[in-house]
Amino acid sequence: MSTVSKPVASRAPLMDRADERLQDRSGIAGSVRGFIDRVRSGDLGSLPVVVGLVVIAAIFQSINPIFLSPNNLVNLLFDCSTIGVIALGIVCILMVGEIDLSVGSVSGFASALTGVLWVNHGWPVAGAILGALLVGALIGSIYAFLYNRFGMPSFVSTLAGLLAVLGLQLYILGSTGSINLPYDTALVNFGQILIMPGWVSSALVVVAGVVLLLTKMRNAARRRAAGLSARSTGAIVFQAAVITILLGLVVFYLNQARGVPWMFGLFVGLVLLMNYAFTRTRWGRILTAVGGNREAARRAGINVRMVYASAFVLCSTLAAAGGVLAAARLASSSQQAGTGDVNLNAIAAAVIGGTSLFGGRGSAYSALLGIIVIQAIASGLTLLDLSSSLRYMITGGVLAVAVIVDSLARRSRVSHGRA
Amino acid sequence: MANAFDGGIVGRGEAVLSLRNVSKNFGAVQALTDIELDVYKGEVVALVGDNGAGKSTLVKILAGVHQPSSGTMTFDGVPVVLDGPSAALKLGIATVFQDLALCENLDVVANIYLGQELSPMALDEVSMEIRAWTLLRELSARIPSVREPIASLSGGQRQTVAIARSLLLDPKVILLDEPTAALGVAQTAEVLNLIERVRDRGLGVVMISHNMEDVRAVADRVVVLRLGKNNGVFTPDTSNQELVSAITGASDNSVSRRASRRAGTEHSAGEAHP
Ligand SMILES: Nc1ncnc2c1ncn2[C@@H]1O[C@H](COP(=O)(O)OP(=O)(O)O)[C@@H](O)[C@H]1O
Ligand SMILES: [Mg+2]
Repeated sequence: MSTVSKPVASRAPLMDRADERLQDRSGIAGSVRGFIDRVRSGDLGSLPVVVGLVVIAAIFQSINPIFLSPNNLVNLLFDCSTIGVIALGIVCILMVGEIDLSVGSVSGFASALTGVLWVNHGWPVAGAILGALLVGALIGSIYAFLYNRFGMPSFVSTLAGLLAVLGLQLYILGSTGSINLPYDTALVNFGQILIMPGWVSSALVVVAGVVLLLTKMRNAARRRAAGLSARSTGAIVFQAAVITILLGLVVFYLNQARGVPWMFGLFVGLVLLMNYAFTRTRWGRILTAVGGNREAARRAGINVRMVYASAFVLCSTLAAAGGVLAAARLASSSQQAGTGDVNLNAIAAAVIGGTSLFGGRGSAYSALLGIIVIQAIASGLTLLDLSSSLRYMITGGVLAVAVIVDSLARRSRVSHGRA
Repeated sequence: MANAFDGGIVGRGEAVLSLRNVSKNFGAVQALTDIELDVYKGEVVALVGDNGAGKSTLVKILAGVHQPSSGTMTFDGVPVVLDGPSAALKLGIATVFQDLALCENLDVVANIYLGQELSPMALDEVSMEIRAWTLLRELSARIPSVREPIASLSGGQRQTVAIARSLLLDPKVILLDEPTAALGVAQTAEVLNLIERVRDRGLGVVMISHNMEDVRAVADRVVVLRLGKNNGVFTPDTSNQELVSAITGASDNSVSRRASRRAGTEHSAGEAHP
């Protein structure tokens, strides 16, 4: 048997393709076939949510042609960003198989704190935002402490937190109950009107495509040099081209109206960053491991408590960030901030996007896709002039469908040996 | 029984790992009582005993998974306290657990490198994959792809992955809790070969097995546990009869009765499997 250091003879099978039972999946056709196999075995990824989105768009568009108008879509992206950031935190905590039910309250408290510190106490806006984020992190570390020290289920501790933090929010807002944030300031402009110029968003799409292409090519080259199988250049170019063209079309369409909001750009940036952390860092790897099999992770020498702590802290901090963005979006910090359906929308977005409630399986993109679905429904129903009662019912129904899809996919993975 | 701890082979140099008076209780259950165990460099210690004798509990204590209720442990002659699995791993104690302790949602490479990932801020998947293949080939593993989740592997394949993982960090001591239980004939032979190879490299090996043939094949000493207590140390050429009565605690037991029934037709030493 040849060792790794020896150069692989030109005809010798690649190291990871030696088993005769393996089918070739390196080219374009192979990639497509691999994708179909994965879906069949219950590894659905983001397929259900993409299908759902197409169905939703088709329905609303046929009822009201304003729905897919570029202007409506730009508004939709503004609205996505606040709860989307919160949903990103939910993805983190779901990855370890825990839950945070207090993200709505934490976001509301952060929004109130931003207003109080900035407007009432005259702090610089950056200081107020930083303060709100730190308080979010502190709340998360309290949950982590309760979980690690007392084994308190996150379901209970965060339910208690939901009430306690809501109380704090009402307390610091005092009798006035709401603070108006000054218009024409950076923060409020960011939440309401700042839009990327057309050339910026187009350039970002091109940059994204080139970065995708280059990293995949470099990866493939490294694998080939090491004697491992790699995707063919054709398949990589094809994938990068398809993604770039699709994104380009979306941006072009949005630029027919105002364009891509900077706030949405921030949200997407956070999603990409989190995706990198989940898939390319040790932290992401052990986070997934703890969600899959906590005891196995512990026996591998992983500091499991630190992993839980990082997930709780990140979740609460992102909830606070979402609260700051919500304050900017509404130009106010009020008692209503973070109440109502914020909590459930954030959790529903992560689950609808394909992050499993059972832990150990999820992706940063699920926050992005999930929140777009939820906001699309909200926006469509608003255009239809339907009351919020109906909106709640329909969003609840969609969440139920998403959880059913998750459970069925999980069962299918078990029967296909991919759980 | 008291004389038995260094019965068999003595004078192999310094014990790399030794336990003195180690006890462990889970609530009211006294799983281990005053256990003494020595593992020397370059030897294979077989740990045998009936189900529930406390073998896995002992291995978990050596792996830092459980903390002993009382007793002391020395590693390379230095007293140590293992406050967690990472402490054991740092000392160079690698373990293949009976339940394998793999993450089913991660692929083979991720499991082999779990907690030891290369370049934490930008995972070096290529190097990890190559090392994973090398380790698996050393075991002649029949695993088609290392990029499939563990959940898609058979029991034997998983066991091979768990064994491969234990070799990753070049340990000084390897603990194998029933490593061949799910393996086929060829793979079992590979694992026994591997145990001999790492023994010859100077590692200490502790192997738990119910298969007396495997035990005889590779062990230098056989340590018997019974109901959580030491019940003698034997050389591998000890008669089956003697081993079985140490394991079961009675000279007249179902195994020996069965053996004597069969002895009438044909004499065979390898019959008994507890
Ligand atoms: N985590 C635990 N909690 C309570 N009792 C345990 C635990 N682990 C093992 N035991 C008990 O300790 C005894 C020894 O178990 P074990 O070490 O698994 O035996 P063996 O591996 O020799 O079959 C058994 O009686 C078992 O019930
Ligand atoms: Mg056992």
